[in-house]
Formats: sequence, structure tokens, C-alpha cells
Amino acid sequence: MKCRVCREPAVIDVRRHNAGFCHPCFVKHCSDQVTRTIESYRMFGPEDRILVAVSGGKDSLALWDLLLRLGYRADGLYIGLGIGSYSDESGGYARRFAESRSAHLVEVDLPATFGYDIPTGSAAARRAPCSACGLSKRHLFNSAALEGGYDAVATGHNLDDEAAVLFGNVLRWDMGYLGRQQPVLPGGEGFVRKVKPLVRLGERETAAYCVLEGIDYIVEECPMAEGNRHLGYKNALNEIESTSPGSKAAFLFGFLDRISPLVQPAASAEREGLHPCPGCGSPTVAEVCAFCKLVERASSR
Amino acid sequence: MDGPLAVSALLNRLDVNRESVLVIVDGSLVTGNATVPASATVEIRPVISGGAL
Repeated sequence: MKCRVCREPAVIDVRRHNAGFCHPCFVKHCSDQVTRTIESYRMFGPEDRILVAVSGGKDSLALWDLLLRLGYRADGLYIGLGIGSYSDESGGYARRFAESRSAHLVEVDLPATFGYDIPTGSAAARRAPCSACGLSKRHLFNSAALEGGYDAVATGHNLDDEAAVLFGNVLRWDMGYLGRQQPVLPGGEGFVRKVKPLVRLGERETAAYCVLEGIDYIVEECPMAEGNRHLGYKNALNEIESTSPGSKAAFLFGFLDRISPLVQPAASAEREGLHPCPGCGSPTVAEVCAFCKLVERASSR
Repeated sequence: MDGPLAVSALLNRLDVNRESVLVIVDGSLVTGNATVPASATVEIRPVISGGAL
């Protein structure tokens, strides 16, 4: 297979684009896709300070690398979740990447700061581990960005992540979640803007980017994610994609272009009922925010 | 593996979906139509991750 751009031998095929790329042209392809996403959704500008949520995995490290390569003012944020040796190992990947790029990494340790880790917190709150983890991370991304004066939090959600989330939301017709499923969630009172610059790249592409660029990342999956619903959705979509390349992108971008404008009012209505949590000041529609409830339940065990 | 085999054929034989992996042969990333020599070291690296979003 030849590179679609320069006709040199290809090292990666992207069936969605019916194309192969050599190493340099693939890096440019990734960079172009991210630039296009940032610009088309008006995510941020060259002067904005970006906090990249970094897990030590392929997506977040590829994102941080691409933003630095493109000249953005991007720092990293690593959250120690207390998931045994997995957290120790993933933190190491994040720290080594930051050191290799002379980039600034902000660290928050969940057990040391809030007195619980994900295994105990999820059990105390009777939530699935991924639910307790997501809730904790979303809260800490936002609070760390507010404290640090950042203009936006960037996460490594890729095309596969977003298509799988959309698949799940459609299966349940969850109008609130569908209304919020955007590449950009605007900032507001108590909220920092959240952006997803990788939505035009599949996770096979972010993994290939890391391999080609020599970015060492944690390959192993989080032990607490094993068998979760999200992975099942991804496998189902990949079965469709294997016989009909481009289906995931058509599903996601068809939704964003045609359906999202129709369902956004559901999310806007939810946002109108927000008020500051008495515990932490974060916006919530409940009496006390879900994060403070989780901390309280975990600490009462 | 008995002899040279195309990457796509190897993945079919192993019942692995191409969308869910990268194939690295002797340390180099390869495309689906590349041929894997019988003596090569092959890594089939999963790319699907899915935890809290």
C-alpha cells in the first residue's frame, strides 16, 4: 500500500478515508484533523491556556503532544485515582511524557486529597466503578482548571469514544445526555469550557500516532473497566465498521450536524436550574452536588 | 505460522477485528496488506479503551 499523499510505502491504513499514510504524512493528517476540529468548533485560540486531562493512555498523551506541536499553551493534569498498581504505572507514563517535553504537569491525588480511592468510593456510593471515576474526574478537571485560571479543559475523547457514547444515549433516548454531547461544552458560572479536539481521529489513529512518534503509553486497560457497557458498544460499532468503513464517523457527525441542534434545548433547560453546591461551590441542580455526596458516603464508611 | 501471511489474513485467522488493533511486525507498524514473514515477531496491540468518560 502506498501513502495517499506522497506515494511512499504506507505504514498505517485508515479504511474510513480509504487511504494509507507514510509516517510523516500520517502525523500531518493527525495534526490537520485536530486543527480542523479546533477551528471549526471554535474551541480555543493561540493565546488561551489549555489544561489537558492526561491519564497516561494513548489518547490523552497524543492530544497533549499534538497541542504542543501546534504551538498551543497546554499544561497537563493527572489525577491519581488510587486504582492500585494501575494508577502508579499510568502516572509514571504521564510524568515521563511531561519531562520529555519540558511541559508542566499538574497533579491531584484523590485518596490524599479527598480520602477515598475509586474502588472504595464506588462501593460506598453503590455506583459502578466507571461511574464513580467519571464523576470524580469531571469534578476535579473543572476545579483544577478554575483554580489554575485555565481557559479550557481538553480531554482525549476520540471518534470511537464519542460514537460509543452516542450509541448508548440513543439506545436509552436520554435527551439530557444527547443535548450535552458536543465537541465543545461552553463555560459559564462555575464551569470551565470543555473541549474534545480528537473527535475526528479514531482510537486506532491515536494509538498509531503514539507508536510512530515514540510516545510511550499505558497499553493495558484499566482493570475496573473490564466488561463495562461502553466497551460493548465499541465492539458492536467496530463490527459494523469492519464491513462498512466510515459508519462510525457518519453516525457521530450526522448526529452533530443534523440532530444535535434539535436536542440541545433539553440540556439548556437542565442548565437553567443550576445553583452553587453548598459544599464545594460547583454548579448543581441538586441540593448537594453528586461529588460532595460521593465524598461524604466514602468518608462515612 | 507456517509461512508468509498477509496481516489481514493473519487477523482473520485469529478472529480479530482489524478496527480494534494495530499490527507491529519486528518493531514496525504495518498495514493490512503487508506480508508477515514466518520468522517475524508480531505484536497485535489492542487499541480499544473504555473507562470513565
